[in-house]
Amino acid sequence: MKRIYLDNNATTPVREEVKNAVLPFLMENYGNASSRYKEGRIVKNAVESSREVIAKAIGTEAKNLVFTSCATEGNNTVLRGYGVNFKENKNHIIVSAVEHPAVLETAKYLTKHGYEVSIVPVDQKGRINPADVEALIKENTGLVSIMLANNEIGNIYPVKEIAEIAHKHNVLVHTDAVQAVGKIPVDFNDLGVDFMTISGHKFYALKGIGALVIRKGKRLTPYLTGGHQEKNRRAGTENVIGIISMGAALELALKEMDSEAKRVSVIRDYLEEKVVAEIPYVKVLGDKEHRLPTTTNISFEFVEGEGIQLKLDYAGIAVSTGSACSSGTLDPSHVITAMHVGEDEAHSTIRFSLGRETVKEDIDYTVEELKKTIVTLRSFSPLYDRFINNIK
Amino acid sequence: MQDYTDKVMEHFMNPRNVGRIENPDAFGEVGNASCGDIIQVSLKINDGIIEDIKFQTFGCGAAIATSSVTTEMVKGKTLEEALKVTRDLVAEELGGLPPEKLHCSNLAADALHKAIKEYMEKNGQNS
Repeated sequence: MKRIYLDNNATTPVREEVKNAVLPFLMENYGNASSRYKEGRIVKNAVESSREVIAKAIGTEAKNLVFTSCATEGNNTVLRGYGVNFKENKNHIIVSAVEHPAVLETAKYLTKHGYEVSIVPVDQKGRINPADVEALIKENTGLVSIMLANNEIGNIYPVKEIAEIAHKHNVLVHTDAVQAVGKIPVDFNDLGVDFMTISGHKFYALKGIGALVIRKGKRLTPYLTGGHQEKNRRAGTENVIGIISMGAALELALKEMDSEAKRVSVIRDYLEEKVVAEIPYVKVLGDKEHRLPTTTNISFEFVEGEGIQLKLDYAGIAVSTGSACSSGTLDPSHVITAMHVGEDEAHSTIRFSLGRETVKEDIDYTVEELKKTIVTLRSFSPLYDRFINNIK
Repeated sequence: MQDYTDKVMEHFMNPRNVGRIENPDAFGEVGNASCGDIIQVSLKINDGIIEDIKFQTFGCGAAIATSSVTTEMVKGKTLEEALKVTRDLVAEELGGLPPEKLHCSNLAADALHKAIKEYMEKNGQNS
């Protein structure tokens, strides 16, 4: 059966062109980039040209870019290592309630190790008010970490504005740009942040490669120490094929960005409109004015998300859910919960994240299957029964 | 999700005894919406035997499958026999459940016991 993959915020397939770019570095060009002889130089050159391409694509200079194993590593490096920029103890970190666990859980962990953490709330559309960030800044605040785009609801956040505010108070700014890079224009310099993390596999590169951008003049305590790789900012042999894949993928993404963003947002809007028109008691979550072109998050009242996910999977469709039951943690999505949209809402949400392979026909099939799924699950939902038959 | 056995998936895809019995002899509900699972059972009881049982469940695949198999296990049984059906037996009947689902999504036996105990109290029987 043909699979319809609507979970591109989780990961993406590697592009053909990316695969081809990587292949010569598996067996032919196997050198260690740190070696001074020919085998090493070939690999070093490839790594550095990839660095140039990526840096240019995200509005910075190659020397500011440090390759990491993933965005989680980048986020950890920033949160654990920003303190080196201050003479005094700036142990207060501000993060938003809707950050990725790589930021949120790391911040929570740091509270056990002498840090203070404040959480910026979001409104019912998942929006962040920059004034709320400013209100949390204190004498000992050292870092504000606010994501550029949210993985679950697709909201794009006013990071530039937040950076301006934070800098007025001599506070450093980090943004987790994982979901934005490759989908919408991202310009490190224009955003004005001090640190930014990205991840390759969200834009059709390999898994296991990320990068951290560090503004000139700013520093981070290395998270990994050892060899002199990455100008002493991140020890460990470079993930050569990962780095090459990320450069190749981002170059393509940039070239196609305008047309692809338009194309996919039309299909995303079509999905949303069709669901709202054809399935009763649904709600589109998030900030429709400022969000990724690929993402929508919809709650289906009276039914639980994992059931929807299972049935769609059975029908050949891959989506994700904010329901507790699929996360393995027993807690529903912290993003939807933070939006305070209703106590059972988080359990009933499905995220659709479209990609470059998504076509309109996929959406027609998906909505047909969704309709059947929702009718079936509601047919034995006690909540639906109560609602329809007005039972107390 | 791939942790579900074929039998769990089979019950999830084709749940037995769904719905609500009008004017039931016994009724039990457990769970709440904020925790993500609500399971209710309604029973028709005649001469100490469960003649009919139906369930309604808001919950994940495991919650639906355990509800379905529980109703199957006790239909036609005496109340005493039904009270011997526990969460563990339900999980066993399904060929096992993922560890994190054993407690949170395996509440049908609890709903059943609640219904039967209330019924027995109402009818002056001791369980």
